[in-house]
Amino acid sequence: MNVMTSIDRSAAEQRNTMRSLPLRNTKNTIMTLLMGGALLAVLFPLGLIFVHIVKMGLSAISLDFFLHIPRPTGEVGGGMANGMVGSMVLIAMASLMGIPVGIFGAIYLSEYGGSRISTVIRFCADVLSGIPSIITGMVVYSMLVVPMKGFSALAGAFALALIMIPIVLRTTEEQLKMVPTSLREASLALGVPLWRTTLKVTLRSALTGVMTGILLAIARIAGETAPLLFTALGNQFWSSKLTQPIAALPLQIFSFAIAPYDDWHRLAWAGALVLVVTMFALSLTARYFGRSGHKN
Amino acid sequence: MSDVTASHRWKIEKGLSGDFIFKAVTVLFAFSILVILMLMLYEMVSQSLPSLRKFGGHFITGMEWDAVQENFGALPFIYGSVVSSILALLLATPLAVGTALFITEIAPRRLGGFAASLVELLAAIPSVIYGLWGILIMTPWLQQTVQPLLQKYLGFLPFFDGPAYGVSMLAGVLILMIMVVPIITSITKEVLMAVPRSQREAAIALGATRWEMIRMAVLPYGKSGILGAVILGLGRAIGETMAVTMVIGNNPQISLSLFSPAYTMPSVIANEFAEASSPLHSAALMNIGLLLLVITLIINALARLLLWSMSRGAARGTKL
Repeated sequence: MNVMTSIDRSAAEQRNTMRSLPLRNTKNTIMTLLMGGALLAVLFPLGLIFVHIVKMGLSAISLDFFLHIPRPTGEVGGGMANGMVGSMVLIAMASLMGIPVGIFGAIYLSEYGGSRISTVIRFCADVLSGIPSIITGMVVYSMLVVPMKGFSALAGAFALALIMIPIVLRTTEEQLKMVPTSLREASLALGVPLWRTTLKVTLRSALTGVMTGILLAIARIAGETAPLLFTALGNQFWSSKLTQPIAALPLQIFSFAIAPYDDWHRLAWAGALVLVVTMFALSLTARYFGRSGHKN
Repeated sequence: MSDVTASHRWKIEKGLSGDFIFKAVTVLFAFSILVILMLMLYEMVSQSLPSLRKFGGHFITGMEWDAVQENFGALPFIYGSVVSSILALLLATPLAVGTALFITEIAPRRLGGFAASLVELLAAIPSVIYGLWGILIMTPWLQQTVQPLLQKYLGFLPFFDGPAYGVSMLAGVLILMIMVVPIITSITKEVLMAVPRSQREAAIALGATRWEMIRMAVLPYGKSGILGAVILGLGRAIGETMAVTMVIGNNPQISLSLFSPAYTMPSVIANEFAEASSPLHSAALMNIGLLLLVITLIINALARLLLWSMSRGAARGTKL
């Protein structure tokens, strides 16, 4: 009985599929069009954003933008020079803190670590990279800003470093693991101590890949705004000390965009153009490094 | 003779001590990551203690957010975060999966590669720039064009009720959708590329059309991985701060209408934390941060588990 029905059913199914070949083809065409449509629907708003940034940014940008700091409310003109310099300072300091931790941590994971401890640390890095950046900002606020009794460039850079570390760590580890063991063995057989082998042979052969990871991490933190809100805070003027609040380009874009003045909106667009061009340049360079690394 | 041995031994010891120092440094840095994470979790919990003590479970169900009366409840923010993220994902998922399928299964290799790198480049645009575009271009367009149209034809639904401000739940949903699509697309693309060729060839050999191949061989194989990608997108959406803050209107209310302004957990932190009026106010904001942290940790763990099970399955599949 059971066998009969199952045969019946399969026969019915077969007839069904045989009969509907044109139908199946039509369905295939429709779905293909839908998938192509999805691609267009995804690229359209993103392209629109890009076009707006270029159009509005180009019309607003001028030499003044790079040379001056924001004017007081109501005055026309001014630029975001302090924001750009501030961002560079923050990125440089964050890199100084974050890159060594990421690279040496990765060396531990790939060259030394026992499998269980490595898994734990890798898991921690994954968790760290999943934490919303605004929470990183809150934590740094209570760890650094409150004890130091003030917002500071230092706290901002530390928050950015926390975001950098997991990115650098995971990309470096992957690159180190791709270095063939025979290379390490050859160096060790020549009597080179393990630590020199690691630095001069293993890390050096993975260098292009590591650079890619670092550039991607920098591109990521260059646009981060949320973790700077309660750490670097932003500054209308130049800041001379690392213990003072410091301006940053993303922070300025944010505060100018939500302000009710057209002239500030223009500056925000110009800032957005600078930021996007910088980030595209960084990620294109990173891709170039990545590609030349793979060819080798 | 003994001189040589001595110098040799000295060299070996020096080498060993160099190794020791180097290893110590790597251990130090590696474990600092663990310490940092523990510190962050500790800091979040200890700073929200005053609020946890005072409000306890009522914090999650409380509707009031009153800094003057020091009465804090987080429900409107939880509602805003959850609803905006889930709606954004409902819109983003079909688009992202369709795009990923088009890139991996249909487009010629070069076109697919080009589209993929375009999507990846766009995924790198910072949140604040989406926010800038959202507040200066999208919300005026919503207010003047989209909302009147929706009201005219679908105004009888409770979702399209009320005056059109531009800044609204609708704006938040749309900007989140635009932002998570590239992320889901690029992870889904990786997942689909991990589906073994043999699966596709088997389906084609049985006479399947390309869509049937996708439906019967590719999608079932990549199911858990795609789900992982979507959940990872959810984690991103729920923690997203700047762009949403700029367009969602920042008004702590629970309303069915997509036209009314709303508020999310990260937004209230971004707006109020630096100028918290009292210790309890900042503890309450920390408490929201803690909630957000716990939610994102659970979401990310789930997503990684799904992606990991997919990659294990794929590894087994290629071996067979």
